[in-house]
Amino acid sequence: MRHVYGWLLLTPAAILLIAFTHFPTLATVYESLFSKGSTIRPSRFTGFSNYESMMEDPVFWKVLTNNFWFAVGTIPLSVGLAIAMALLVNRTLPGRSLLRLAYFTPTILPMIAVANIWLFFYSPDIGLIDQILGSFGIAGHNWLGDPDTVLPAIILMTVWKEAGFFMIFYLAALQHFPEELEEAATLEGASRWYYFRRVVFPLLMPTTLFVLINAVLNSFKLVDHLFVLTKGGPNNASNLLLYYIYENAFSYFDTNYAATLTVVLLVILAVLALAQFFFLDRRIHYR
Amino acid sequence: MITKIKKTLSKAAIAACFGLAATAQAATELTMYYPVAVGGPLTQVVDGIVSDFMKENPDIKVSAIYAGNYNDARIKALAALNSGQPAQLSVMFSIDIYELIEQDAIVAFDDIVSTPEEKEWLDSFYPTLMQNGRTAGKTWGIPFQRSTIVMYYNKDAFRAAGLDPDQPPATWDEFVAAGRKLTKGDGSQWGMMIPSTGYPYWMFGALTMQNDQVLMNDAGDKTYFDAPGTVAALEFWKDLGATHKVMPEGTIEWGTLRQNFLEGRTAIMWHSTGNLTVVKNKAKFDFGVAMLPASKRRGTPTGGGNFYIFKKTTPEERVAAMKLIKYMTSPETSAKWSIKTGYMGVSPAAYETQALQEYVKGFPYAAVARDQLEFATAELSTFQTGRVRKLLDDAIQSVLTGAKTPEAALQEAQSAADRLLKAYR
Repeated sequence: MRHVYGWLLLTPAAILLIAFTHFPTLATVYESLFSKGSTIRPSRFTGFSNYESMMEDPVFWKVLTNNFWFAVGTIPLSVGLAIAMALLVNRTLPGRSLLRLAYFTPTILPMIAVANIWLFFYSPDIGLIDQILGSFGIAGHNWLGDPDTVLPAIILMTVWKEAGFFMIFYLAALQHFPEELEEAATLEGASRWYYFRRVVFPLLMPTTLFVLINAVLNSFKLVDHLFVLTKGGPNNASNLLLYYIYENAFSYFDTNYAATLTVVLLVILAVLALAQFFFLDRRIHYR
Repeated sequence: MITKIKKTLSKAAIAACFGLAATAQAATELTMYYPVAVGGPLTQVVDGIVSDFMKENPDIKVSAIYAGNYNDARIKALAALNSGQPAQLSVMFSIDIYELIEQDAIVAFDDIVSTPEEKEWLDSFYPTLMQNGRTAGKTWGIPFQRSTIVMYYNKDAFRAAGLDPDQPPATWDEFVAAGRKLTKGDGSQWGMMIPSTGYPYWMFGALTMQNDQVLMNDAGDKTYFDAPGTVAALEFWKDLGATHKVMPEGTIEWGTLRQNFLEGRTAIMWHSTGNLTVVKNKAKFDFGVAMLPASKRRGTPTGGGNFYIFKKTTPEERVAAMKLIKYMTSPETSAKWSIKTGYMGVSPAAYETQALQEYVKGFPYAAVARDQLEFATAELSTFQTGRVRKLLDDAIQSVLTGAKTPEAALQEAQSAADRLLKAYR
């Protein structure tokens, strides 16, 4: 009888999960085994040929590398910045609420709106960035039109957008620290850096794990800005995996190849999430 | 109490009957998606035209849905169709034609028109504008928001550089020479900008046509990306930045180009004629509009959106959709649309309306796009058009950013396009 209750309680969540997560996942895997279909030439089973052509697709490797650098560029920077900002606004300073709000503002703004603003920031010569650089006598640069600077430019914008969001979690964690910790550290004569390194940072680890998982997911999930800023260009220099999936599904109507790429994305995300849970979790101190 | 309930119920039943009868009479409802690619308050213009249409045709109810840029419009319309949402007609990219035919989403106008007048109506548009709407001997798209690329130039900058503002460059050599004079060494003003994001293949279509080379065949199953004329055109585009230093190197953003021109950062820009009215309203300097310069000949692709009617429609809906399309492409509406936006009138008759004739008299640049039609060709459109276009876009961008040589990049694009299109030959 107890089992029946248990299952009944699980049912609502299970139905939602199966309908919107597990079934679509399996359907994606299934779809990836078929060729592109249209009314004139119906789709047929082709086994792993989509995966084979993916391995030979230079754009696929390009977007994968881009995504790697995008993750490496955004995650440590935005998390580090978030901790720094949280520590700053956790102290008593004049205008603290305003500062907190200022740090959080980028998070509230919709990504598309933000990207439109940054499009003009980055535009050569007339953009804000070039005008500021110009006042120091530095010549204008075509930030989004140069394959070497387009990805860093996008990383910078993403860090700006994300750091405030992560800051909120760190701020919440910091507010729960008992004051005795800092008092004890001060009595023992520990420097501020030592206190941060040996007390604050370890105690923040649970939050860091949560933030890291989110940051990793976001580095694969966030592509809204590409629609406005670069459309993946020039020559795929800023193209990311999810945007490439979108292009395949909706620009080329090749839903089957898009499904193949989606399977890759799912595997990457699952591996990363599992790795973080298993390896980091052991080294985290939970109170 | 019970009688009261009964009364209420019967009232409700009667009301329901009337309600049903009323909707049955209100007849045909149409859903239409449309894109806007150049920004500006064009949605209001479309909504205004549609509401005028409904005033004249009270038995047809149209909901016109703004669907983003051309890509978004196609995605939304097709997604709506696939999910069973009704959409009877849509303005979509003229070059989506092969994709829409392959998806079996649209119906040819030849199969809908019945009377001789209607057949005549099909031939009332500029033939060049019909090129992207006709294939396999049938008409699938009716031109609506159509454009060509034109050259906008800053007359004040021309005067300041000692150039004749009424003699815009007419050949590639003059174009480069003018650019040299117009470019300022400190980077505060460039000679010219040709946008290379968003729709690079479109701008490139102009350069190749000027070299007397088209990009694809009429059947949409063969491309000419590695033809000598094509390679030379890309070489020229690259040289504007890399050799002549009259255009910024790297890619040039489509979305911010108009702003660059309006702020005087570039003396010449190539852009859609759909920008004309906005530039006219916003430019604080004296500006001119000219046809694109010639290498072996003048040339530009046409561009923009056509009306399509979807296959999943009832005969009544098709009749209503035809009415709407005829209204929106009629000489009067087309003239009004052209004046408000800069897109061209779609038929010679539109330019014979009083409204447009007077407008052109006061503002001759409104007719440049039309005059240029004589030299125009179809926009790049093939089977698998999304992928083929992307191949060319990537090739262009890789050359402009200095990653590849024109020959190598275009040869790669051509062999990839051949692989894609082989199955359709």
